[in-house]
Amino acid sequence: MPVAWLEKTMWNLGLEVYKQTFSRTLPFPDELRERYMVKGTNVYGILRAPRGASTESLVLSVPCSPGQQNNQAVGLMLALASYFRGQIYWAKDIIFLVNEHDLIGMEAWLEAYHDVNVTELHSSGMLGRAGAIQAALSLELSSDVITSFDVALEGLNGQLPNLDLVNLFYSFCQKNNLLCTIQGKLQRSDWDSLPAYLHSLQTLLLMVLKQGSGRPQGDHGLFLRYHIEAITLRGINSFRQYKFDMSTMGATLEGMFRKLNNLLERLHQSYFFYLLPSLSRFVSIGVYMPAFGFLILILVLKALDLWMKLSQCDTEADGQACDGEQSPRMVATEEPKPSLLALVPPLLICQATGLALYFVPILGQEMATQHFPVSESEAVVLTAIAIYVGGLALPHNTHRVLMGSGGDRGWMTLKLVALLYLAMQLGCIALVNFSLGFLLAVTLVPVAAIVQPTGPKYLYAVLLVLVTPAATLLFCLFLHGELLEYPISLLEGWQRFLQAIAEGLLDHHLYGSVVFPFVAIFVYPCWLLLWNVLFWK
Amino acid sequence: MGEMGMELVKLLLLLGLAEAAVEAEVPRDSLQEELLLSPLPSGDLSATFQFRTRWDSDLQREGVSHYRLFPKALGQLISKYSVCELHLSLTQGFWRTRSWGQPSLQAPAGAELWVWFQDSVSDVDKAWKDLSNILSGIFCASLNFIDSTNTVTPTASFKPLGLANVTDHRFLRYAALPREVVCTENLTPWKKLLPCSSKAGLAVLLKAERLFHSSYHSQAVHVPSWWFSQRSEKKYPQFIIFKTDASCLSVSWELRQTLTVVFDSFASGHGKKDWSLFKIFSRTLTEACPLSSQSKVYVDISSRGQEKELLDVSPAPLSIHEAVVQGDRRTYAVYDLLNPALFNGSRSLNVQLKWKRPQDGLDLPAPVLHAQRYVSGYGLQTGEISTLVYNTHPYRAFPVLLLETVPWYLRLYIHTLSIITKGKENKPSYIHYQPAQDRRQPHLLEMLIQLPANSVTKITIQFERALLKWTEYTPDPNHGFYVSSSVLSSLVPSIIAMKEEEEDLSPLFTSLFPSSDGSSYFVRLYTEPLLVNLPTPDFSMPYNVICLTCTVVAVCYGSFYNLLTRTFQIEEPNRGGLAKRLANIIRKIRGVPPL
Repeated sequence: MPVAWLEKTMWNLGLEVYKQTFSRTLPFPDELRERYMVKGTNVYGILRAPRGASTESLVLSVPCSPGQQNNQAVGLMLALASYFRGQIYWAKDIIFLVNEHDLIGMEAWLEAYHDVNVTELHSSGMLGRAGAIQAALSLELSSDVITSFDVALEGLNGQLPNLDLVNLFYSFCQKNNLLCTIQGKLQRSDWDSLPAYLHSLQTLLLMVLKQGSGRPQGDHGLFLRYHIEAITLRGINSFRQYKFDMSTMGATLEGMFRKLNNLLERLHQSYFFYLLPSLSRFVSIGVYMPAFGFLILILVLKALDLWMKLSQCDTEADGQACDGEQSPRMVATEEPKPSLLALVPPLLICQATGLALYFVPILGQEMATQHFPVSESEAVVLTAIAIYVGGLALPHNTHRVLMGSGGDRGWMTLKLVALLYLAMQLGCIALVNFSLGFLLAVTLVPVAAIVQPTGPKYLYAVLLVLVTPAATLLFCLFLHGELLEYPISLLEGWQRFLQAIAEGLLDHHLYGSVVFPFVAIFVYPCWLLLWNVLFWK
Repeated sequence: MGEMGMELVKLLLLLGLAEAAVEAEVPRDSLQEELLLSPLPSGDLSATFQFRTRWDSDLQREGVSHYRLFPKALGQLISKYSVCELHLSLTQGFWRTRSWGQPSLQAPAGAELWVWFQDSVSDVDKAWKDLSNILSGIFCASLNFIDSTNTVTPTASFKPLGLANVTDHRFLRYAALPREVVCTENLTPWKKLLPCSSKAGLAVLLKAERLFHSSYHSQAVHVPSWWFSQRSEKKYPQFIIFKTDASCLSVSWELRQTLTVVFDSFASGHGKKDWSLFKIFSRTLTEACPLSSQSKVYVDISSRGQEKELLDVSPAPLSIHEAVVQGDRRTYAVYDLLNPALFNGSRSLNVQLKWKRPQDGLDLPAPVLHAQRYVSGYGLQTGEISTLVYNTHPYRAFPVLLLETVPWYLRLYIHTLSIITKGKENKPSYIHYQPAQDRRQPHLLEMLIQLPANSVTKITIQFERALLKWTEYTPDPNHGFYVSSSVLSSLVPSIIAMKEEEEDLSPLFTSLFPSSDGSSYFVRLYTEPLLVNLPTPDFSMPYNVICLTCTVVAVCYGSFYNLLTRTFQIEEPNRGGLAKRLANIIRKIRGVPPL
C-alpha cells in the first residue's frame, strides 16, 4: 500500500492525516489468503467538522491490500474527501480510512481507536481521534464498471446493523435509480407468484447461512461490536445493461453521509434482529422467535416426559411397574437407588473431548507437523477432525463398570440432562445469533428427541451422525453452492469443508468469533451425550 | 418666593457641581480595542478581538450610579452579588492545539463560567445560582442549567487574576456546560456591551454571518479587578501587593471582552492561504471607535524557522512590534487606527496578506504542551476515560495541574486511576478528589502531575455507567451524555528567554496571564468534551406498558370492581309472562292463591 503517497494526498486535500502500523502473527498460516505474519499500515485522514468539538464522527473505510483490486474505491474515497472538505455543513467529523489486510487491519484500527486489546494485535502510532463513531460505511468496488451495489449486513457473530441504516441506503438507491441487491440477488418486481416466493426464500436462506457462519461479511462486521452501525457496500459488475458512472455512486455516498451527518441520535429506533428475504421486506424477531421457541419446546416437552417417567419410577419403586416400555421389574431391582454418579463419567468425558477439540489443534500443530508430512494449517484442521471423530469411539460405557449393566433409569436421566442442556444452549445462541441457533436446532432437535438405546439402533446412529454439527456444516456448504446457483462437486465440497474449519478457527482467534468455541465446547459434547444415550446398552 | 430661591440655589449648586466635574476632567474610564490577526501553523487564520473597558473606581464600595463606558448591566451585577472576578466564555468548536498551536486564550467547547466572590458573601451557592441565572438572561445562553450537579469548587486550578483572596477557594465556583450551542443570539448581547456597539471601530467587523462561517468561534467576558498604581499606570495582581506600598494604589475594574475566530483558509481559499480583511469579514475598517483611547490592529508576520520574508503584508505597516509571546519570538505589524496617517492614502483600511511561496509540509511543529482525551472500551456497562498529555519540550520537565469534572452518572472507580509516563508509574504530587453524590454533585479530581521532558503521560480512570431514572434522561438519550472538558493549567518553560514586558504595550493576552518569571509562561488548555452513551431503556416500552396496563385495568379491574361492589338480590319475577298473568286472573276469579 502506498502509505506515503496516501498520506501526502490526504494532507493536500486538507485532512488531518495519521497512520497506524500493526502486526499480528496468526495462530497458524492462513493458506487461503497466504498470510501468517501480518504487518501492515492503516492510513486515515480526519475531516474536522467546522465548529464541532470532535465528539462524534462517521467513518468511510476502504480496504486496500496488495492482492486485492480496490483501487477504484480508494479513488472514489479521495474524491469524496476532497469534495467534503469544501462543505460547511458537517456536524460530525468524518474519518476516511484506508485499511490494509482487510479484516485484520480493520480490527487493529478499531482496537486502537477504542484503546482496547481484545485479540493479540500489536499496533502503534495512533494519534488522532474524533470522538464516538456514530456510523460507518465500508466501500468495496470490484471493477471499473459498476452495475449494482450489493449490501453486506452480516457482522461478527451474526450481529446486524440497525435496519434503519439498510433502509436508508436502499431508499436512497431507489431514488437515484441505482440497482441495489442483497446476497447478490435482485428483488423481483412481482410478489405474489410462486417463483417470487422461492426467490425470496433463497435470499433468506443465504442470509441465514451467512449469519450462521458468524463471519463478518465485510469490514463493517467488526464495527458492530463497538455499537457502531455499519454496512459494507460492494460495487458489482454483474454485466447487466445499465451501468453507473462514478459520479452517481459518489452522489449516493455523499447523500448517505449527509443523512448520517444529520442524525441527532444513534440509530436505535428500528430493529437490530431481523432476516431479510429482500431489501424491502423483513422478518422481525417477533415473527421468527416463536417458531424457534416451538422447536425448543420439543426438547422441553420430551424432557418433561422423561422426568415424569422417572418420577413415576420413584413413586412406584417398590417393585411394581416402573416403566411401560421395558422390563420394569428388572430396572427396579437392579437400580433401587440410581445414583447420579453414573452420569458423571459420560458428562466428564464428553466435556473433556470438547475441550480437547478446542485446545489441541492449535497447541499440537507443531508436534503434528513434526510427525506427519502436512503443513501447519492442514495439521490443525486434520487434528480437529481426528479428535471430532475420535470422540465417537471413546469408552462410553463406563457406567457398566461402575454400576453394572445399564438400566433404563440411567439413560433416561442422561438423556434428560442432555436434552435440557441442548435446549439451553440453543436458546442462548439463538438470542445472539439466531441463524446459528436455527440451523443447529432444525437438524439436532428432531433426532435428539427420538434417540434412545432401544428400537432401530442403527437407524438412530445414522441419523445422529447425519445431524452432527460437522455434517451440518458440510450440508450447509452444499446448500450454499446450490443457492448461489453454483453447485459444487463432492471433492470441492470436501475442500471447502476443510477450509471452513480452518477459517472458523482463524475467525475465533483473530476477531473473537464465538462459533467455533460454541460448537466445540458446548454443542459437540452435548451431541456426544446423545451418542452415549444411544449406546447405553 | 422662598421656593423659587431654593430652586435657584439648587440649580446653582448643580451647575457648580457640573463645572467642578468638568474642571477635574478625570477620565476615569477608558476603552482600548485591539485586533490580532495571526496565521496558525496549519495555515488557518485566527482573528482575536479584545475590547478593554477600564474603570478606575471601586464598584463594590462606592454607590456607583452613573455609568459611562462600563456596561451598567454588568456593573450592577458585580456590586449586587459582591463579585470579585467573573469569567464567562461561550464557544462553538474546539481549539485544536496540535495543529493550531498554543491558543492566546483558550476556552472549552460550550459554555464556561467561573466566578470568585468577595469574602463578605455569606451564602456563596445562592449568589452563584442567582448570578448564573441573571447572566443567562443577559447573554441569552442556557447558563440557568448550572446547578449543583455541574458546579465544582476547584482548589488549585483557577486562581484569581487580579484582586481577590487567593487562599480561600471556598469563594470560587466553576461550571462548564459542554452541550451549549453558541450562535448569533449570544453574539448580539455580547456586542451590546461594547461602548460603540458594532457601529464604529473594530467592532464593525463583527458580522455574525462571517463569524459563524468559521472553524472556531469563542466569545468571552472577563471582569477582573486590579490594583493600579497611579504613578506608573502599571497594574498589579494581588500577590504583588504585599511587596509594594498599597497606599499609592487604587482599585480599578476592567472588562475584557474577547472574541476569537479561526477561519478555515483551506475551504474558503481553494487551497490558497492569502487573506484580506474584506475577504474574511466582508468589511473594512474606516475609523476607530470615537470613545476609545487605543485602537490597534496587529498582524503576526513572524517568520517560522529558517524561511524569512515569506509574507507580504499590505498596506505597509507604520510600525513593527516585536515581542516574546508564549515562548516564541513574534513580530507584529501594527496599524494604529487613531493615527490619521493611516487613512491618508485610502479611506478605509483593508489589511492584506499574501504568501510569497506556497508552504506545505506534513509535520507541524507540535506545541510544547498538548493533550487528548477519549473514552475507551466498549459495551454499555463500564468504560475508561483516558487522557494523553504530551510534553514535547526537548529537555525541561514541568508540572501540570489537571482538573477533571465528571458527572455523577459516570461512577468513577478512583482505585483504577493510573498515571503512566514512559512505561513507569507517575505519582501525582498533589491530589484532590471529591466524590460525586448521586443527583447532587459531580466528581472533582485535581492532580498535579510532573511531566518529564519529551514524554507522553497517560492518565486513565475507569467508570461504570449508572442507570438513570427514566425521567432523568434527556429528550435525546441515544445521542449520549456529555462530559465536560478537563482543564490543564501549567507554567510551561519557554525555549527563548523572555524579558519582562511592559504589559500595556505588548499585544493582547500576554497581559492576561502574566508570566511569573522570565523563563516560563502560563498556559491553560482544555481537552475535548466527551460523549458517553449510557444504558438507555426503550422509551416506547413505558408507552406500551401504560397502554397495556390501562387496557388491563379498564377491562379486568372494571368488571371485577363491578362484580365485587354490586349487591346482588334475587329478584322475584313479580309478573310472569302473558300466560302466567292470564292464569293468575283466572285463579283470582276462582278464588285460588295466584302462582
